[in-house]
Amino acid sequence: MNRLLSISLLGATLLFFCGSTRAEWHRFRGPDGNGYISGSKELPPELGENTLAWKAPLPGRGLGSPIVIGDRVIVSAASGPHQDKLQILCFSNQDGSELWRRSFWATGRTMCHKKTCVAAPTPTTDGKHIYALWSSNDLISVDLEGNLRWMRGLTLDYPNASNSLGMSSSPLIAGNTLVAQIENDSESFAAGFDLDSGANKWKIARPKMANWTSPVTMKFGGQTIVALQSGKGVMGVAPSTGSELWNFSKGASTIPSGAAAGDTLIVPSRGLTAFRPNAKGGEPVSLWNQKTQKPATASPLVTGDRFYFVNSAGVLTAADRKTGDRLWRIRLKGPFSGSPVACQNGHLYLFNEEGLGQVVRLSGDEGEVVSEFELRETILATPSIAQDSLYIRSDQTLWKFAKKGN
Amino acid sequence: MIARLVALCPAFFLPGQVLSNPEDPAQHIAIIQAVGPKGAGNPEAAAAFQALSGAKASSILPLLRAIEESNPIARNWLRSAVEVIVERELTDKKPLPFEELKKFLADRTQAPEARRLAFDLMLAIDRETSEKLIPGFIDDPSTELRRDAVALLMTSSRKAGEDATTYRKALDAARDVDQIQEIAKALTELKEKVDLSRHFGFLTNWQVIGPFHNNERKGFAEVFPPEKGVDLEASYEGKESEVTWQALSTDDPYGKVDFNKPYGKLKEVTGYAYHEFDAGEARPAELRLGCKNAWKIWLNGKLVFERDEYHRGQRIDQYIMPVELRKGSNTILLKLCQNEQKQDWTVQWEFQLRVCDATGTAILATNRPESETK
Repeated sequence: MNRLLSISLLGATLLFFCGSTRAEWHRFRGPDGNGYISGSKELPPELGENTLAWKAPLPGRGLGSPIVIGDRVIVSAASGPHQDKLQILCFSNQDGSELWRRSFWATGRTMCHKKTCVAAPTPTTDGKHIYALWSSNDLISVDLEGNLRWMRGLTLDYPNASNSLGMSSSPLIAGNTLVAQIENDSESFAAGFDLDSGANKWKIARPKMANWTSPVTMKFGGQTIVALQSGKGVMGVAPSTGSELWNFSKGASTIPSGAAAGDTLIVPSRGLTAFRPNAKGGEPVSLWNQKTQKPATASPLVTGDRFYFVNSAGVLTAADRKTGDRLWRIRLKGPFSGSPVACQNGHLYLFNEEGLGQVVRLSGDEGEVVSEFELRETILATPSIAQDSLYIRSDQTLWKFAKKGN
Repeated sequence: MIARLVALCPAFFLPGQVLSNPEDPAQHIAIIQAVGPKGAGNPEAAAAFQALSGAKASSILPLLRAIEESNPIARNWLRSAVEVIVERELTDKKPLPFEELKKFLADRTQAPEARRLAFDLMLAIDRETSEKLIPGFIDDPSTELRRDAVALLMTSSRKAGEDATTYRKALDAARDVDQIQEIAKALTELKEKVDLSRHFGFLTNWQVIGPFHNNERKGFAEVFPPEKGVDLEASYEGKESEVTWQALSTDDPYGKVDFNKPYGKLKEVTGYAYHEFDAGEARPAELRLGCKNAWKIWLNGKLVFERDEYHRGQRIDQYIMPVELRKGSNTILLKLCQNEQKQDWTVQWEFQLRVCDATGTAILATNRPESETK
């Protein structure tokens, strides 16, 4: 019995460490959608020529983050004078060589504001297949070799589902459902799609208002649920049915997304607000509200008992997750469109729109910028961290930073 | 032929039915062409795709040919199958059918996107030989191929010290807005006259009526009298007073018709614009609209499309609507709603509408004045 228990514990321990060190970046803002990934303790706190592992040219524009699946790095893009050639690109994480690329003709509108682009949403994966969404509302799944599995032209199906400024919400996988927010001023909806066929599992009407936020997953009643944010607030839904579980109706931002920590959500709403939904549903009660904490475009980052956000002046604030109280703040070189990310090496990574990468040490009483590196290209994307490496993309280039030899 | 049959009879292939002969791509192509709206047919298409992806290079041309008669989703399935086959053949260092691709490219009845894909494959096989074909694309129905030829002419003009004749030839051929604007700028600097409104085919002379209300954005759904029938002599109760039809023309090179000019910078209002377009023949055409207000458009009394988005941006060809023109007079009625927003970027209450073919080539009305642009 004791031997069995010991073996079980050993197995659990191994699984924990394997899970930690092999945690991968499968969607926008990491495995939990809050900018943080466990593991990657060996990611260097320096961005520079010494840690630049490789860079690869990209054939089209995009500001969705790279995602990492094993030894593969996946990026979406859109090219052509009208950005109507949609692309999924697969690179080797070892040397940046392009393993395959697939191109598709957009079936929806590709008009968008010049600051954003058609490949704004970050793709996602269940580790076996890739799911990519573009601003044209084309939703495509391919396998890890690039073989097409299914395609939806959501603007063909729902002709007024578009935003003339561009769409940017990134889909996610919760359970066996792909969840996407196709929210806009006209034909606004969220939907759950079957992972194998792309067919609707559910579709619900959403507020008729432009919305660039992404869904996040969080815990509710021991289950993983999806929180849908909009200007009206945040609604919790069951991922398999889309049924409403609770509704936070006090309004929320339509640009920066919320960040979950277990069963608590920190959401840009009247500054920043944290709430934990009641198990019985209904209106969640706020745990705290900090009216002066105003994230700009970048979404908040949650690490352990702290959270971080950047305001419109480029000031990075660290705050206590349980109270919302500010711990310290530090002025960075902005402005920022991409969101901050972090891992277990105790540093935060963020790139400004001019392509300046900045690394902030989070230990100590105050944050400290310990490294800066100029990529010399416009960066609007959020970086990704996996396997002790950091990936960032522009319209033209994909970079990997890691210790030499990793 | 198979594609036509399947298009007419989408249930011809039963769900789950997969034909397994990779040497006969027609069967798999037909399954792919049966994909429908809302994800219908995706599982069957995926199985057919798997079979096709193992096919030889000889399947590339049948796949390309099938694109012309396929819906937008099926086209992407077929394109992706071509890419997988090409990728494998190139990896295996096997020859690709350059001459067959060249013949396909030369067939202008094929889908423009498929012909561009064929040309891209040709470039990958033999760039030098393929690039020699580009000047011949100058009048191509594929705007993507034509774009390359126009770019060559623009380069030639610059190399020749800004040659107006070459620029003029480039402008005549250009269909992409960015190229047209660049050429027009160069010609204008050379003191050449450019009638952009005519080049695009913008409609510049309208009859307009308003303002009706759009309080709380409810005017968008409300049926005001012009929607029940256009009578240019009639007058109606408007938002504040009686309203009548009046002429409104524009000399904007990009055809912008500004409702603020006759009515002032109003909020929560609705206006209508009416135009009679005489077509020389019955033919397919496209109405291409740019507008940042909520709008509805009718052709010959039939609603073509409507959209209730406000102030998210405007550009030429923002909305492309395929229609059928009848020979002779065609009536176009446009409803334009302004909302309640007060920001300075919400002042615009305007639209730009042109009539063209699927390549973006202007279709000029037979009743269009020789030069509508002042």
